[in-house]
Parts: sequence; C-alpha cells; structure tokens
Amino acid sequence: MFGYAGRVLHVDLTSGKTHIEPLNEDYARKYIGGIGLGMRLWLDNSRAGMDPFSPENPLILANGPISGTMWPTGGNGHAFVSKSPQSYGIGEAKAHGSFGTELKRAGYDAVVLKGKAERPVYVWIDDDSVQLLDASHMMGKSPSETEDAIREELGDYYIRVASIGVAGEKLSRMACIINDKTRAAGRTGLGAVMGSKNVKAIAVRGTRDITVAKLDEFMEYVKEFHERMKGPATQKYRTLGTPENVLVHNSLSCMPTRNYNNSRFEGAEKVSGENLNEKFVAKIIGCSSCAMRCEHMCVVSEGPYKNTMTRMEYETLWALGPYCGVDRLDAITKGMELTNYYGIDTISAGVTVGFAMDCYERGILTQKELDGIDAKFGNAEAMVQLVEKIGKREGIGDVLADGAKCAAQKIGKGSEKLAATIKGVETTGYDLRCLKTAALGFAVSFRGADHNRHGAYAFDVKGKVNRLTAEKGRGKLVRDMEDTYNLIDSFIVCKFSRGTYYKELPDMAKLYTLVTGFNMTPEELKLAGERIQNIARLINLREGLSRKDDTLPYKVMHEPIPDEGPSKGAFVSQEELDLLLDDYYEARGWNREGVPTPEKLKELGIDDLLETVKK
Amino acid sequence: MVKIHERKFISADPDKCVGCQVCEYICSVTKERAFNPLKSRIRVVRINQLINLSVTCRLCENPPCVAACPRDALTQSEDTGVITVDKDKCNGCGWCIEACDYGAIMLHPENKVVYVCDLCKEKGEPQCVKWCPEEALEVTTSDVLAQKARITAVRKLFQEAVRETTKSSKP
Repeated sequence: MFGYAGRVLHVDLTSGKTHIEPLNEDYARKYIGGIGLGMRLWLDNSRAGMDPFSPENPLILANGPISGTMWPTGGNGHAFVSKSPQSYGIGEAKAHGSFGTELKRAGYDAVVLKGKAERPVYVWIDDDSVQLLDASHMMGKSPSETEDAIREELGDYYIRVASIGVAGEKLSRMACIINDKTRAAGRTGLGAVMGSKNVKAIAVRGTRDITVAKLDEFMEYVKEFHERMKGPATQKYRTLGTPENVLVHNSLSCMPTRNYNNSRFEGAEKVSGENLNEKFVAKIIGCSSCAMRCEHMCVVSEGPYKNTMTRMEYETLWALGPYCGVDRLDAITKGMELTNYYGIDTISAGVTVGFAMDCYERGILTQKELDGIDAKFGNAEAMVQLVEKIGKREGIGDVLADGAKCAAQKIGKGSEKLAATIKGVETTGYDLRCLKTAALGFAVSFRGADHNRHGAYAFDVKGKVNRLTAEKGRGKLVRDMEDTYNLIDSFIVCKFSRGTYYKELPDMAKLYTLVTGFNMTPEELKLAGERIQNIARLINLREGLSRKDDTLPYKVMHEPIPDEGPSKGAFVSQEELDLLLDDYYEARGWNREGVPTPEKLKELGIDDLLETVKK
Repeated sequence: MVKIHERKFISADPDKCVGCQVCEYICSVTKERAFNPLKSRIRVVRINQLINLSVTCRLCENPPCVAACPRDALTQSEDTGVITVDKDKCNGCGWCIEACDYGAIMLHPENKVVYVCDLCKEKGEPQCVKWCPEEALEVTTSDVLAQKARITAVRKLFQEAVRETTKSSKP
C-alpha cells in the first residue's frame, strides 16, 4: 500500500501481549484515517454502555494516509479516539507536531490500546518491536518532563512521545494527551482514559521509508501548495495568529465574557492578538512538514510570571482571559503553561475556572470553600491559582477537575445553570446567543461543545447569513461544513490550512489519489465525510445520547445578551433550537429524533451498522 | 596572492528557522526518492521551542572527517570543498562521525556506508535551500557570513543613527 502503512497494532495492556493486523482496505477507503478510521476501529473493539474508565474501553491512536509524507501540514497529525469521560459518547482529539509522522514510519496506521496495565507503564513502539516499560518513576512528571525522561532513558533524542501529566494520572475528566512539549490532543478528556489504563506515555521511533503512489506528480502538488500557503488563505495564522479573533469577536459582541454574563470584554484591547504579538510572542515555529507555521511561542519577560514560556492560541487566551474577566496577558500565559504542565485541556480549564468564579460571585461557593482564594472575576492571580489546583486535583481543584458539569453536580444550589457545557464538554470562544449557525453546529457536534467540528461560526462572523436569526437552510450549511471537517480530521491535515484547498473536495481527492494510488473521486470523498458523521452519530445513539443531548448551555437559552451593541438581547429559544435541529436532521437524512434512517445508511454503505447499534 | 574563501556551504539562520523539517523531507526525497528524515543529509535540531536550527556539512578547511578515515574513503574536492565518500572503501566504522563536530556526516541506515551533503550537485542547486518555506537556508561563504555579522553588529551599535539616515534619505 502507498500512503497507508497497512498495519494496525493491537496492544493488550492487561496481558502485555501485542499483535498486528493488516489494515482493512475497505476501511481505508471508507473512513480514510484519523478520526474516521479511529471511530470505526473503536466501534469494532467495544461494546455498548462501557464506563469510559473501564479497561475494556479501547483507546485508539490513528494517523492518516498523508502522515509521514512532506505534504504541507499533512505529514504530522494524529488522532486519539475513545469513549469520552465527559460526554459518555464518542470522544476524539487531534494534535500535530511530529508524533504522527513517526508512528507512520514505525509502520502503523493505528494503534488499539485495550485493557489496563497492572502498574504504570509507557508503550515503547520501536518499529516492529513493541514493549510495555515501567513508568512508575515518571509518575507526577509533566508531559514535557516525561518526554525528556524517556529520551534520556532510551538514549535517543529523536524519539517522539505523547504523554499525560498529573491530571491524566488522577483521572481528571478534562485531561489531555500532549506531544512535542506543547501540542495537545486536548478535548473530551482522553488523557484520563489513558490514565485509567495506567499508561503514562506512548513513545515511538520509526525508521521506515514513506513512499507515495505517484511521487513526481505528488511533488509538483506539494510545490503548488507551498505557494498557496504563502498567500492570503493562511495569512492570519502566519501573522497575528488565532488571537486576532479577540478584537474581531469583541467588536461583534460575540465573545463570551465572565462565564457568559457578558458578550464583550472591556479589557479586550489589553489581551488582543495585537498586544500579544507586540509584547509576548518571541518566535513562531512550525510542525513537521509545515509550510506556513503558526505556533506563536510567548515569553513573559517581567513581573510575577517572568520566564513563563508557552504557546498561545485564541481559545486558550479567551478561556483563561475574558471568560474569567482577566485582562492580563502575563497571567493568561502562566495559566496556559500550567495547563500544559499538568496536562489539562486549556479550554475546559478556563471555562471551569470562569464557572467557579461565577459561583463565587453569586454566593454559591464561599471563599473558604475555594481554599481562601478570592475568586472574583478579573482576579488574575486567582485564575492562575485555580488552574494549578485543578491540575493537581487539590482542595477545590478536586471538585473542579472533572469540568464544569461534574463540578455543578457536586456543588448543586442551581450551579447547573452556570455550567457552560454541551454533552458535558465545556464550550468555546463563540457567544452562541448571537451566532445562530454556530449554535446549531455546537448543539449537534458529536464530541460536545466545539467549534472545530464544523466551523459554522464563519457564516455568522463573516456576515454570510443573518447571525441573529434561526432559519431553515442552516442545517445544510452545518452539514456540509461538518463533512469537510470530518475529512480534514481523517486525512489528517491542519485546519489552519483549510483555505488553501481552493476547490476543497476535488483538491483533496487529487491528494488522496496521488498518495495512495486508489482512484478517489470528489463524490466518493464527500460520501466518506458524511459516513464519518453518521458513524459518530450511531456510536452516540448506542451509548444513549439522543436529540435531547443536542442542546445548548442554559445561559445561551435563557439569559439574553445584556451588552449594548449589535448583539443586545440575543439568545436562542427552545423554538429556535427545535427549528434548527429539525432542519439539520432533515438535511442529514435522519428522522426527527436524529436517528439515521436505514436508507441513509444503505446509501453510505454502512447499513450493517444499524444492527450493531440496536444491540 | 591572498585568496578569499570561496567555498560555499549551506547555512541556516536561527532567527528564521522554525524547525519544520521541510529540508529533511526534501533532502531524503531528492536523494532516496522516499520520505525519511533518517536519510536526510541535513537535520533539524530543536533545543526548545525557541531554538531551532538545521545543521549540515560546513565543508571545513582541513576536514577532520577526512583525516579520521583510516581507509582513505573520504576525499575533499579542492574546487568546491564537498566531501566525497568512496562507497567501496568505506566500511561504516564511524570514526568520521566521531570526528565531525556538527553531526553532519552520518551512517546510512541501509547502505551501511557514511553519507554527507554534496550540495545536490546533480540538481545544480541544493534542494533544501530552494524549498525552505522560511527562506532560512542559504548557500554562502564564510566571508559573506562574516560580512553580514559585522553589518548587523554595527547596525545595532548605531541604531538611532541608522534610523535617522534612513528617514532623511526619503524624499
């Protein structure tokens, strides 16, 4: 096979036995790789209703057909898939860097981790040799420290490592899996699933050649995309980076502020991407095979958080900043560094801290319950302290470490209404009250609240639709974006490069064909994107999620935007949500309960799954 | 007659290098028609997120790799300074690898003989330089590097004055 390694590694952590199975070629074509292949492999290796932390819940690691090549942004991604301890439905998260490319060179398209190791281990994949090595001396280390320790121990400084921090060890439901020091498979709590298996890290060394079916044509195409990546489609990421969103969102009054109490932030100028780049960004670096580079490395040069160094993106900045009312970039940078140190998703961490602050201001949590922290909105030190406590699962951090929804269940007193989560996953930096296409996308996202499953906010923010009204037609918009995003996450290419695929499906089909040698048409690819969405839906239905879970946070539906400006008074009513859901289900060919019809599954060539899901 | 140093080699600018490995990929595909950084003649080093630099053969004067070879498998071209490996003589003992201060000569994982950057002589120009998306690589001489360093240092020393003259020279 070209592009694909043609092999899936199965690791039984309980017995310590491993075996390799050939990659099912039909799966390759139908699910491409990444999250698509990962979800199919998860389904094949799981049963309904397992607890996410039970040994039988498989953790899947998958790269894509493009991984290991020099396709710009495409060579380096990997995806984790498992049952999420936040949503109890399908969880998935991707990261870039250089881990996925190494896994491909080791000769694997995917790794299926099952069972639970007796004591802490790390999985050492050295080409064909796979071992479980003792990791008890690495417990308590950060992902970055773990990476260094493994390289030192194995004596090779080019080994790539994906690992969990203390939060994952302690089963924090917002724990992530971090590779290359700063790249996180962040969302849906998969770091905790890894922790539940007693796996501290996965270390990989791959030495094989990666070849593609049509090398000369492929290289021509690479050259063309190198040129495209120097153009306007990627300019934002190469210059200010995603923090550019701060002022854009603020001007539209669509930046959730102080746990959704406001939609604009008076301190936005202070935490703008412009300010960040002027005062904090020390270097912009790139992942393996990237031709655009986006990773803005920030350094704090003075004050209480001097010498903090970390990467920064809009979502992190927003969650730890405006969402907590914090207007200090040095503290936000420190907060980000801590989330990476302990291995927690920065979005979930920030949203949960904002939730705790809201509880404090409303008298639901007292200063004593907060371990003496004066958790007022805007208290930067309090934000940093709370992030640290969540990371360590210490004191109030133990209550908050499983995210806003679980915290609210423990705290009670009406705090459920303050938890901005969808399917148990914390929401992201788009005020859904005034971005109604995005609201639909977030509500139906199979991994819970998320902008990266559809990018539907673009229609609202760019003014392509009236963002304040819910109307028919949005379902189709969301559907098409979802299908494209599914492909992006299955190939895997970087979402920041999505604008360089000028013709989208035909461009992606050409890439797939040149790499794999399988003749792929845009139509077949479109169907694959749709198939991936449907398998995710089937998994969620099997696990007990349904239409009632395709919903929005309480505040989005009950507390209109109070701020003067273009979004004042906006919220999403139940009628509007129902209209949007009906429209979306119809566009998807699902019934009114959001269940894919047998005809639809037949059309997608997965009618065999209807039975699997009914069992 | 005094001769200037004309030997051109590949130099990476640490301010521009982002550690993306495009040089490694294009090198291996050019030389081996496969993507494999282990077969690249140029290698990226990332010390931490802020410190990235690609490293390849510096075409040293009196190259220690050549001197270290007990089998006379390595020779340096008098014209270009490029090191040539005689594959029949090399037995992969690795003394040249130890001798090189830059880790620029390496043992090929399959051929089991050493290999080193030859400036892509068959292509006419080094492909890594051509492909680097950051324009961080250049083919240069030690004299030009020294000139640039001097100019940068003096510029820094007279920052104010440089700014003033640039301003006043505008129409």
